[in-house]
Amino acid sequence: MQRFRLRLSCALGALVLASSPVLAQQITVVCDDLGFGCNTMQPIADRFMEENPGKTVNLEVVPYQSMLESLPVQLASGQGPDAAIVTDLGGLSRYYLDLTPYVDPDLFNSNFERTLQWLRGGDATSTAINGMPTSLTVNGGYVNLTLFEQAGVAVPEEGATWEEWAEATRQVAEATGTDFAMEMDRSGHRFASLAISYGAELVDEAGNPVVDDGLRAAIEQFVAWHQDGTMPMDLWGAVGGATHRELFSDFLNANTVLYFGGSWTLSQMDQEVGDLFDWKVIPAPCGPSSCTVMPGGGALVAFQHTAQPELVGEFINYLAEPQNLSEVLAAAVEIPAASSLIESGIEYPGSSERTQEALSTFIAQIPKMAPAAYRFQGWRYQRAMMNALTTRISQVLNGELEVDGAMDRIKQDVNLAIEAAKAQ
Amino acid sequence: MADLSLARSEGGVRALLLGRRGRGKVTLSDILTYGYLLLGVLVMFAPVAWVVLSSFKTPAALQEFPPTLLPYSTEQVVVEGFDQTLPLFNVTTESGEVVQLAQIRRVGLNAQMIDPANPQAGRITVPVANAAPVRKVHFAVENYSQLLSSSGSDIWRFVFNSLFITVAATVITLIMNSMAAFALSKYRFRGEGLALVAILSTLMIPATVVLVPTYLIVAQLGLVNNLWGVILPTVATPTGVFLLRQYMLTIPDELIEAARMDHASEWRIFWRIILPLSSPALAVVAIFSILSRWNDFLLPLVVLNRREVFTLQLALASYQDENVVRYEQLLAMTTLTALPLAFAFIFLQRYITSGIASTGIK
Amino acid sequence: MSASSRIAHATGSVFALPARAVEPLMAGLQRLIGIKRMPWFFLLPNLAAVILFSLLPVFVNIYYSFTGSDRLYPSERPFIGTYNYETLLDCGNYLDPSTCSRDLFWRALGNSLVFVPTQVAAMIGIALLTAICLNGDIRGRGFFRGVFFFPVMLSPVVVALTWQWILQRTGVLNGMLTSLGLDPVNWLVHANSAFFWSVFVTVWAHMGFYTIILLAGLQAIPRDVYEAAKMDSANHWRVFTRITLPLLRPVLLVVFILAVIRSVQTFDELYVLTGGGPGSATLLMVQYIYEIGFAIQPRNFGLAAAASLLLGVVLLVFTLVQLRVSKGSNNG
Repeated sequence: MQRFRLRLSCALGALVLASSPVLAQQITVVCDDLGFGCNTMQPIADRFMEENPGKTVNLEVVPYQSMLESLPVQLASGQGPDAAIVTDLGGLSRYYLDLTPYVDPDLFNSNFERTLQWLRGGDATSTAINGMPTSLTVNGGYVNLTLFEQAGVAVPEEGATWEEWAEATRQVAEATGTDFAMEMDRSGHRFASLAISYGAELVDEAGNPVVDDGLRAAIEQFVAWHQDGTMPMDLWGAVGGATHRELFSDFLNANTVLYFGGSWTLSQMDQEVGDLFDWKVIPAPCGPSSCTVMPGGGALVAFQHTAQPELVGEFINYLAEPQNLSEVLAAAVEIPAASSLIESGIEYPGSSERTQEALSTFIAQIPKMAPAAYRFQGWRYQRAMMNALTTRISQVLNGELEVDGAMDRIKQDVNLAIEAAKAQ
Repeated sequence: MADLSLARSEGGVRALLLGRRGRGKVTLSDILTYGYLLLGVLVMFAPVAWVVLSSFKTPAALQEFPPTLLPYSTEQVVVEGFDQTLPLFNVTTESGEVVQLAQIRRVGLNAQMIDPANPQAGRITVPVANAAPVRKVHFAVENYSQLLSSSGSDIWRFVFNSLFITVAATVITLIMNSMAAFALSKYRFRGEGLALVAILSTLMIPATVVLVPTYLIVAQLGLVNNLWGVILPTVATPTGVFLLRQYMLTIPDELIEAARMDHASEWRIFWRIILPLSSPALAVVAIFSILSRWNDFLLPLVVLNRREVFTLQLALASYQDENVVRYEQLLAMTTLTALPLAFAFIFLQRYITSGIASTGIK
Repeated sequence: MSASSRIAHATGSVFALPARAVEPLMAGLQRLIGIKRMPWFFLLPNLAAVILFSLLPVFVNIYYSFTGSDRLYPSERPFIGTYNYETLLDCGNYLDPSTCSRDLFWRALGNSLVFVPTQVAAMIGIALLTAICLNGDIRGRGFFRGVFFFPVMLSPVVVALTWQWILQRTGVLNGMLTSLGLDPVNWLVHANSAFFWSVFVTVWAHMGFYTIILLAGLQAIPRDVYEAAKMDSANHWRVFTRITLPLLRPVLLVVFILAVIRSVQTFDELYVLTGGGPGSATLLMVQYIYEIGFAIQPRNFGLAAAASLLLGVVLLVFTLVQLRVSKGSNNG
């Protein structure tokens, strides 16, 4: 058996050796096919290959779930693609290749100053360039302007607080017979927007979870909205555990006046609402502490095990050039992460006026984001915290826990996760 | 043949209503039986039919409440002077008559419309409350074509991979499980109980729980991105051994004794006597194996990462990303992947039926 | 020629060709190792696969449960002793989950203890009723059997999404209620109704499988037994309890054990349908294990493994008791 194994591996080795000159200039990048993904990057990859004969970049489409479930396991066993567009930025950071020697560091550091930190796994001292943030997603609220008009209620201006929005949408819902005033995705990420506006820190500089009065205020307010019927129980009340749940169809069907989701539903709005009612994206509602929504997004990263670091770096650098990046972003109708593009703006030729307006509202929220939001997004244990938030808040809504108990549990859950990962 | 069935169906309605194959009167238990079965059809089948119907709806129609039974979409017309097609509306005018107008744009409670027959007449402002979209039944085949185009020209490769995994795993499962079941039902030997417990105890292991160690073993064997890496971990199904063993216990030992008298080898006894007699149980195990292998998702997801080894389920799983589930594609995928199974079942059903019917040892 | 023998014949001829080549080999093997060792030969392939792909992972899991960190490779994981078991079992009062360090583990355990008996009873009851109806002298049996079996073919995710979509506030069920002039009901928001629908949906999805097995068992009962009962003019209920049930016992035992084991493992459907909610009302053991081990970063394989082993021990004891009981009553 052993001998057979040996012979087999010799044969395989010979095969690899024989074919390596051909493989030398080839890399595989995996991505999904929604938004900023393989489909929208393909033209750039084609151009890159045209300009660099002999170098091949394979873009391979895999399901999003494969990124989530399969990629971490592959990487842990030393396998996997040369590069990928990932969304769990902090969790996989130990596998990233530092691209500093292979790309133009000035371009990256000036363009992705704040977002590069997300790829460093919470190491505040690191200056590594662990990849290229592709696009930003921005949490935000959509409102049904037609309902506001019917009710004769003025739409709150920029700078309005969450309470003012709740009050206004309640009036609209009452006057128009709409089922609900506000809804929010069942997602810890969405809730973090509310919490940070209310002053929650969530994580401190040293990477420890923070459960403070701001978080308590946000949870209490959130629970009150569910109890008085401002928000429906369907999302946060009906689902348990870490499950993500959205009910955007309620907004599309005008069953809710305000829906707090994010920039990724814009294309859906365009296709499915069309002219049925007037809507817009609202500026970040304010809390006592700030007017913040959470940022999110993916990044194109290279992995340490790649045999072609130069080629991967070259391709990522090519993609990071502003005109190439904006071309992909325009095709994907997504918000740039690169600060130069945020300043100069991007044209989205294929999108409707309303969508472009909504995109610019989303982009306008980026400078207002609180430092806590950026810190939370780059925290290695962010997902543990978000899961604790959804699980425990749902328990409060169903009378299984008091707010105090939930606060204790959230802190305990995250600490246990940190402890387990460090194995002390 | 046709004549025969015609003759048979004469009075068929009556027989159906009476609920009896032969003559005889309707009893209460017949009524209850049929009542129950028809209720069953409603509860079991309606949701499935609903999935199939819904897979032909446009995303907008899917989000509608209350949902419509058939897929509808708003009718679009081409109007002179407009680049894009415009949606058509039935508009009730102030005088109460209904006219068809095309909507250019909607602003708040009013909409700007135009008469598609007479675009020169200019724009008309209509209150939204008086307009209802003109809708027609529209099967959104694009859900399917989009799905198929997302998997590109490789679709047949994915079908092949799925078929290969399903067939190979099922054949191996049947042979291995029935061999083990034979040993565990027709022999007395030391360690029998231990072997039985070892195999059956794996029934209790949820696949999700051992996914990671299983992957590590597959990786050690060098079977990542190899179809056998998905086949081998699934072939030793404890359910199959269990069912087959229970079934083989009912086969009389006298048959084996008689064969041994005739100097048949043990393998011959297994292959020529036990296997054919176990065909009903084999059919159940086969069906079950086919279903599970065809629908497998988690293990292939982790083990197969290159597109050339993707299964159909993996290739079509592009309906979801971090924040959004695209229901129209999910439904189309469901219908598409369940279709071969439905056909397989319709085809195999006869065999299972008669196979199961032959269970009575005569 | 009856249908069954035709099939036996058909399968026979399919297998005949390779079999003819294999048979002399196997006879030789038997001469070589002796008839005493033949059962091991039959057992070997299946046993090897079981050991390699089922038992070995379990041993890796046992090792995981005594080690920490989120590393995959056993060699990279530091040993932490029984820490994971201690946190799981650390409770102020075992009857009140909120006093436990891992409260959700105990809530999940409690839910499973209610869910499994309820779901298994419903599953077997309905499957048996259906099998009896299908076993009667009815028209279109093939069609009906197909209908009841169909959901078994759907993947769990699809089952869950279909029903979530039927049950949600804006779903088709409420659409029907509304059109009948009734108020819509939020089916999945209330703990009890969510629990009911969890049982309903899992029974819906799997009962076809058990129906088929039970139907096979029913059809194996010789007709003459019933004829004899008819002679004695026994009523339906009496026939059922005195003849059908006793003769169906072995099949029922198979169905019972399978149903219990799969009921304990219920996961995919409910994960998508309710996510264990509202609150933690439908959170079952496997979902708890999945969430701490896989869904949440950083993945806590160690704790997940410890929880799954505790679950496994409970199940193993249960099954052994079952087998012992059934063996005892068979002999007696």
